[in-house]
Amino acid sequence: MADEVKFPVEATHIMMFARSVADDNPIYYDEEYAKTTEVGHIIAPPTFPRAVAQFDPDYFLRPKVGQKWFGSGKNATGLTEPAKSSGGLHAEQHFEYHRQPKPGDVYTVTTKPGKTWEKTSARAGKLTFTETIQEYRDQNGELVVTSRGVGVKTERPVEQK
Amino acid sequence: MALSASKIKVGDTHEEVVIEDLSRTQLVMYAGTSGDYNPLHSDDKYTKEIAGYPGVFAHGMLSMGLTGKMLTNYVGDGRLKKYGVRFTNQVWPGDTLTAKATVVDIRDEGGDKVVDLELATVNQDGKTVITGSATARIDA
Repeated sequence: MADEVKFPVEATHIMMFARSVADDNPIYYDEEYAKTTEVGHIIAPPTFPRAVAQFDPDYFLRPKVGQKWFGSGKNATGLTEPAKSSGGLHAEQHFEYHRQPKPGDVYTVTTKPGKTWEKTSARAGKLTFTETIQEYRDQNGELVVTSRGVGVKTERPVEQK
Repeated sequence: MALSASKIKVGDTHEEVVIEDLSRTQLVMYAGTSGDYNPLHSDDKYTKEIAGYPGVFAHGMLSMGLTGKMLTNYVGDGRLKKYGVRFTNQVWPGDTLTAKATVVDIRDEGGDKVVDLELATVNQDGKTVITGSATARIDA
């Protein structure tokens, strides 16, 4: 993630995001309904902040024009020397909400590295954990959401039992 | 509808089936909105032949999003103060997930009444795919 990313929050994005987590609560798309609720406006589902990835110019899990992609096309991978790891898996995710995200907000999202630690697992070999802290501040500089993610790189694919 | 401190007690539970027979299309939808286009979640050929998994599997954040639906249905819209999870097992196409919240504490925080919840999401075989916790503002 780039150190600082602008994340404009749009109603259509929230509607599509809610569909993608199979949540048909009208507070995520129906402005008239949302007005009748305690909050009084459309809000975003709790995990929406991670969609900041869409606005990160450097995000490595999005194919980019003119660059080879590691997923399949003609071959099982578009790279001649694919990395052994796919970039790792998500181990933990924590959000703290200082207020509810809503359409029209424009966040400046800053990312800072946190701790790194290692563990050994019978199912996946050596595990390397990396923590990332993100702060979402709105157009007035107010803190809206704090996010702490932990990613894990495995030595080998996780064994299935 | 928000929760009231007077109507809940420690040990109360709420559970919901948050997805039945998870489709590969749902994974594609999630990739499209979240911006996480990791081929592990949409590209069976890459996932089997290069990454060494039996097939595509769900984004951890999709499981967290599905679990979040149970949570907001329980505590009410706009009431969450904290929501955190640990991803304990992968979620696969065809899975049916049930998410459950258990009341562990009801207390005061910064002038608000809040509830602390423990969360667990299990698949159709009873295997836990998410454990977590949440704190929400509730009515007195």
